[in-house]
Amino acid sequence: MHSSLPARVPGALSSSAAAPETVSSLSLLASELKVLFQRRRTWAMLLALAAIPVLIAVAVRLSSSVPAGRGPAFLDRITQNGLFVAVTAMLVSVPLFLPLTIGVVAGDTIAGEASLGTLRYLLVAPAGRVRLLLVKYAGALVFCVAAPVTVALAGAAIGGLFFPIGPVTLLSGDVVQPPEAALRLVLIAAYLSLSLAGLSAIGLFLSTLTVVPVGAMAATVVASVVSQVLDQLPQLEWLHPWLFSHYWFGFADVLRQPVLWDSFASNAILQAGYVAVFGALAYGRFVTKDVLS
Amino acid sequence: MNGTSGLTIETRSLSKRFGHQLAVDSVDLAVPHGSVFGFLGPNGSGKTTTIRMMLGLAAASAGTVSVLGLEMPRRLHEVLPRVGALVEGPAFYPFLSGAANLHRLDAASRHAPPATRKARVGEALERVGLAHAAGKRVHAYSLGMKQRLGIANALLSPRELLVLDEPTNGLDPQGTREVRSLVRSLAADGATVFVSSHLLAEVEQICTHAAIMSAGRLVAQGPLAELRQSGEAQIRLITPDARRAFGVLLRLGMAPVAGTPEPDGEVVTAVAAGSSAGAGPGGDPAAQDMVAPEDIVARLVGAGVRVRGFSVERESLEDRFVALTGEGFDVAQ
Repeated sequence: MHSSLPARVPGALSSSAAAPETVSSLSLLASELKVLFQRRRTWAMLLALAAIPVLIAVAVRLSSSVPAGRGPAFLDRITQNGLFVAVTAMLVSVPLFLPLTIGVVAGDTIAGEASLGTLRYLLVAPAGRVRLLLVKYAGALVFCVAAPVTVALAGAAIGGLFFPIGPVTLLSGDVVQPPEAALRLVLIAAYLSLSLAGLSAIGLFLSTLTVVPVGAMAATVVASVVSQVLDQLPQLEWLHPWLFSHYWFGFADVLRQPVLWDSFASNAILQAGYVAVFGALAYGRFVTKDVLS
Repeated sequence: MNGTSGLTIETRSLSKRFGHQLAVDSVDLAVPHGSVFGFLGPNGSGKTTTIRMMLGLAAASAGTVSVLGLEMPRRLHEVLPRVGALVEGPAFYPFLSGAANLHRLDAASRHAPPATRKARVGEALERVGLAHAAGKRVHAYSLGMKQRLGIANALLSPRELLVLDEPTNGLDPQGTREVRSLVRSLAADGATVFVSSHLLAEVEQICTHAAIMSAGRLVAQGPLAELRQSGEAQIRLITPDARRAFGVLLRLGMAPVAGTPEPDGEVVTAVAAGSSAGAGPGGDPAAQDMVAPEDIVARLVGAGVRVRGFSVERESLEDRFVALTGEGFDVAQ
């Protein structure tokens, strides 16, 4: 080993060299995203999500005709307009596929670092516990955007390849041109990203409880399933507006003319509530936690 | 810079309880500024837990820690940028390269200037001899290479204190030598180096000070020379006139014991008189009130004892270590 480290400058670190807070936090977020998107696992999940519209498009293309009113909503419209591949794919990925991938990413945030042992080195760096938690959540949110966007993009691409693209008839009966329709697709993706924010916060909290990432991932996915099951039980009607999955299918309102923003707004308030509660729980747990892994 | 005490690390009655088990029990560490401090103890004696509390990873159940003169964990954000650490073995993202791992951990610190990051990562890798493997995924690293990368991470910025927990774990003899010379060069740069180890030889070779932990308690600490001397000195005499020698030694206030006979005569051993056996931390060197070896020999010869061999043997640090922490491979409970 060579002794070629630069001459030590006493006090240089403690005084001037500290980068401005926002710059350094963005730098940590960039590093977080780099780690997230350099993992094969992340790409495997995005590829699996992209495979959903491809499967749908291939299945519809190979079958002669889809009887109206059977299969997932919008399925019968695909042959007339390829953009509906994206809509159908987003619809079918809401109950399980999207929560599954979010569960993996959000459940891994803290527990994954703890199981690798890198958590102690991040904290000793020092990353700051609150700052690390915020950056971890921000990273999970970026994935919440990436996941539905992947489904939408793959759906639009494969739909355009296999089927004609033309004016789209909305649920309200109005007809919009393809550029306007593409914008609606983006709105649906944004709606789904928002819908997953609460689940991500739950995953983040669960992730602070364990050093076994698979445990936190599974628990997050289970939470999303339980929430959806409870939402189906009429006996628990009083509870339904409080379930984080309650508005997950509310994005049909985006397909009306003019756009109905009610469910978007209700969903945003509900998700913000979940983010606040589980963010606070994660904070309370993580800042006092003994990091022994 | 380091407070008025001149101590880089100071703990007072530091304790950590996990459930019913007291992992660290009222430890008062005093690590002088500029020292190379060996933190010794068998596996499970509470060394790593103490280090975790020093670095703010775990909260103390009782007692206080101050590092670089500042209270931890309250002043963590001022302290940790000046501290490089290797805690309980290296840990990295296996799917990232060695250099990318260091970039990641450096980006985690809000005090590390991004502009010089690339150069600092390169220098740290160079310094631990990993420049050739910088682009390789850590997945493909050997244990020794990971250990080196862990040390490189501790050296990413100029540090006033380095905390190295078992730094030579998994290294080959060559790597161990390199770590020793690295520790010396860091100390020469003015940094305080705190090295924990269960390997005594390692500590004896590089440290100026040492502390010994056993079952969560600090059983000895001080400058290495003092720790060595606080052990008992023993004289060893070879003579055919054992009985006469016994008489002389008894008159000198020693308690002679017959040893295994050798070809030259019988062996007599005795604990040197006046040596303060088992001096605690900071105990005075025992030598002062012991009868000088040359006087013992003069008395023996004067009494007609044929001295064929005579030596004064100090207890080695290893003997002392074993005496304080217990023998064998038992992991402390």
